[in-house]
Amino acid sequence: MNTPLRHLATVMLVMFLALMGSATWVQFVQAPDLNADSRNVRTLYREFGNARGPIVVAGGAVARSVKVDDPFGYQREYTDGELYSAVTGFYSVVHGSSQLERAANDQLTGRGDQLFFSRLRDLVTGRKPEGAAVETTIVEAAQRAALEGLGDQQGAVVAIEPSTGRILAMVSTPGFDPNALASHDVSAANTAYAELAAADGNPLRSNATLEIYPPGSTFKLVTAAAALESGEYDASSTLPAPVRLDLPQTSATIGNFGGGGCGANPITLADALRVSCNTAFAQLGMDLGDDALREQAERFGFDDASLTIPMSVTASRFPAEANAPQTAQSAIGQFDVAATPLQMAMVSAGIANDGKVMRPYVVERVRAANLSVVSQTEPEVLSTAVSPGTAAQLTDMMVGVVANGSGTSAQIPGVQVAGKTGTAQTSDDAAPHAWFTAFAPADDPQVAVAVLVEHGGSAGSEATGGRVAAPIARAVIQAVLGS
Amino acid sequence: MATVEPHRVRAGRGVELGLLVLALALAVGAYALVGLGTSDEVPADVLGYGTGLAALALGMHLVLRWRAPFADPVILPVTVALNGIGLAMIYRIDVAYEGAGKDHGFAGRQLLWTTISVVLAAAVLVCLRDHRTLRRYTYTAMVVGLVLLGLPLLPVLGTSINGARIWVNVGSVGMQPAEFAKLALAVFFAGYLVTHRDTLALAGPRFAGLQLPRARDLGPILVVWAGSIAVLVFERDLGTSLLLFGLFVAMLYLATERVSWVVIGLLMFVGGAVVASSVFSHVAARFDAWLHAMDPEIFDRLYGGSGQLVRGLFGMASGGLFGTGWGQGRPDLVTYAESDFIVPSLGEELGLTGLLAILMLYVVLTQRGMRAAVGVRDGFGKLLAGGLAFVVAWQCFVVVGGVTRLIPLTGLTTPFLAYGGSSLLANWIIVALLLRVSDDARRPAPAARGVRPDEPLPGEVEAGPTRVPAASATRAPGTGAGVGAEPDDEHPTERIGGLA
Repeated sequence: MNTPLRHLATVMLVMFLALMGSATWVQFVQAPDLNADSRNVRTLYREFGNARGPIVVAGGAVARSVKVDDPFGYQREYTDGELYSAVTGFYSVVHGSSQLERAANDQLTGRGDQLFFSRLRDLVTGRKPEGAAVETTIVEAAQRAALEGLGDQQGAVVAIEPSTGRILAMVSTPGFDPNALASHDVSAANTAYAELAAADGNPLRSNATLEIYPPGSTFKLVTAAAALESGEYDASSTLPAPVRLDLPQTSATIGNFGGGGCGANPITLADALRVSCNTAFAQLGMDLGDDALREQAERFGFDDASLTIPMSVTASRFPAEANAPQTAQSAIGQFDVAATPLQMAMVSAGIANDGKVMRPYVVERVRAANLSVVSQTEPEVLSTAVSPGTAAQLTDMMVGVVANGSGTSAQIPGVQVAGKTGTAQTSDDAAPHAWFTAFAPADDPQVAVAVLVEHGGSAGSEATGGRVAAPIARAVIQAVLGS
Repeated sequence: MATVEPHRVRAGRGVELGLLVLALALAVGAYALVGLGTSDEVPADVLGYGTGLAALALGMHLVLRWRAPFADPVILPVTVALNGIGLAMIYRIDVAYEGAGKDHGFAGRQLLWTTISVVLAAAVLVCLRDHRTLRRYTYTAMVVGLVLLGLPLLPVLGTSINGARIWVNVGSVGMQPAEFAKLALAVFFAGYLVTHRDTLALAGPRFAGLQLPRARDLGPILVVWAGSIAVLVFERDLGTSLLLFGLFVAMLYLATERVSWVVIGLLMFVGGAVVASSVFSHVAARFDAWLHAMDPEIFDRLYGGSGQLVRGLFGMASGGLFGTGWGQGRPDLVTYAESDFIVPSLGEELGLTGLLAILMLYVVLTQRGMRAAVGVRDGFGKLLAGGLAFVVAWQCFVVVGGVTRLIPLTGLTTPFLAYGGSSLLANWIIVALLLRVSDDARRPAPAARGVRPDEPLPGEVEAGPTRVPAASATRAPGTGAGVGAEPDDEHPTERIGGLA
């Protein structure tokens, strides 16, 4: 009977090996997924039990954990919560977290791979682990200027340092006060959350990075870039600019803003951009073809769902397929073209940086609790959108827009500003979105900015990008240059 | 002939004592660490606790020196270690339950049950001088086993907890008679199979490379199968049903060496389970919760959902490789963290490392049991020890496999670790029986020591002194004729000297 006994002993051994395998599967292989599951309250409890690292703007903590005497141990507190809500996001015991609080969670809790050695030291010395400080690239003055500029209007502002990709300002209105959501009083936190979730303009979702809007005429920068890159056009090339452009295959037509002409017919490419001539750019788009436009848009960062700053960013889109009339509309930023304010800031920043789009980021460095730097973000080229020559021509054309075109209200005495307005139709009965994207100084760009004011803001149907959005961009640029 | 020196065998009691000290250090250390982890101070009663545990373990050790001096020296320390880890974890969960204002006091009761279990296990070793005595009670054991299985169905005694009708209330104490039924049935199977193994192993038709049994020999397996399915249907207890059927199939294989029995058994059980899952919603729900555990809808389902299972997985995942440490995790977030889900609790606080170490303890325990089965010379002892060692391993597999989502979750307790008096007592008695068999297996020169009964029990094929060791190794594989002619056993080599 010993042979079957030995066989059975082997079977028992195999059973235990299977158990060890499944335990390893759960506790090692699947553990990151299980720990990230939103139903896993354990992760929250543990995080709250340790001191979570602060989120820092210019040396001051805008989000920090304060020791309190309740089961959670630490209370998350936000200074100027509303001002930075699009950057910090919220951190709630019942509703999870968002934005940096979520994307930089590993660093803030001290669980990131980079913090392995400080964790090991805490383990050996028996010290309670502490989270690392996340230092942001945000410039307080620019952030304040953006929020004040938007005021009660719904919209977003993003400012980028063109040469590095550092995000200097990121504001979404309406914002929210993360302190209300961070409350350990569950019913109070629930009420606050329910109010915000139901509020007009969806305050919990950042307009700057998560919502996409038709970019309107600001997209003409991309169309102009595609034209210059094709080698068949330069700034003085002439384009037909009728009052109305008949679209092929359909009875639809495209007109200009205000219904008039563009001041000349034919018109040069530079002037067409300066006065934002729809018919000229629609025809140009059809001549270039949708493939050329799509390729150019993607080189500026459209259709890239993988971008993180480190928060995830909604991909801006250019339609995957477009016939001639759809291409005409796409060329002026209508039809299915849609972009985040961050994306339109990246377009300006790319032009400002000799055609190279830098990867945008909001975390400058991560510092462990003992103040040693654990990681420092190095600027990185995301893509080369246009050649330096094209970038220079586009810059000159954009300077014209602000000097004596549709964007004159962005002028700053003593500083040459390059910009482009946009007024994007959304539907027949709603006021258009007002856009403005710009960079300055034109000869030595320090800041690129995109401003979106939803449905024209307080100006309503009278709004244009030049009237409503450009002054906000000007204020942000001045704040960055003055700081 | 008589001048051959008997082979010296180390009884191993000294080794056992050393290992016991380690096991006790582990158990008491764990208890102290729970205190440090939860309230930053060592529990005030740690000395008393340590002394009590040590007294129990050393008492058992002395009983072994007295009544089973050649018993396997590893089995007892491993059992003490497992029991001690279980006690520490139950105490830790008690602390958490107390903090949350929930029902607590499990640790004290488990300690009481540990005491009762160790005393009864010692009593088994003292009273049962030879495991073959049990063979006299083969059919008594069957009746006892069946009655125990049926007890929960009785109207006054039985209680239904969470849908499974497997509890019996005696006064204020709840018992799970199935735990004892497995013990009684293991005795019955061993006695029955050792008598009928030749018949069961006789040649039948060959089909697809399998030696099939004759139709009329299917009787006993049909009866046990029907019993298991009855447990599943009437007591709604998939775990016990799986446990008993697995035990029977394994012992049938041990007795007959015929893979066909295993295949037939598995097919019958899978068939029964499939039918049951289509007829009974609670069985289907178990499968649903296993296959689609992470589904939000199934996770949130109030009855038969996967919430408990997935929360257990969350706990284990949060433990990661090294665990949170004693008292630093939140095992109390899972319902029944102290009984059915004690393995996820341990996984959370001791990490994958700790859990693997615990599984290794079970490997050592069960393989030592199998070693005793290989070593003992009578067929009944082989079947009994093999079956008991297997049932511990099998129970671990069913419960740990269930909580780690290897197989569908069934309600069984983890031997020695989980809270529950019935389970603890039954498993300690299993350990006592394994120790008893291993004593017989490792005892040198039985004729010289004269402790064996003078007369072989009726029907037992005793290894005769004239047997030549070489003969036992030449079993013709696969021929039914060889089985009938073969005595029950082969000699362990350490005995040869005395017999020659």
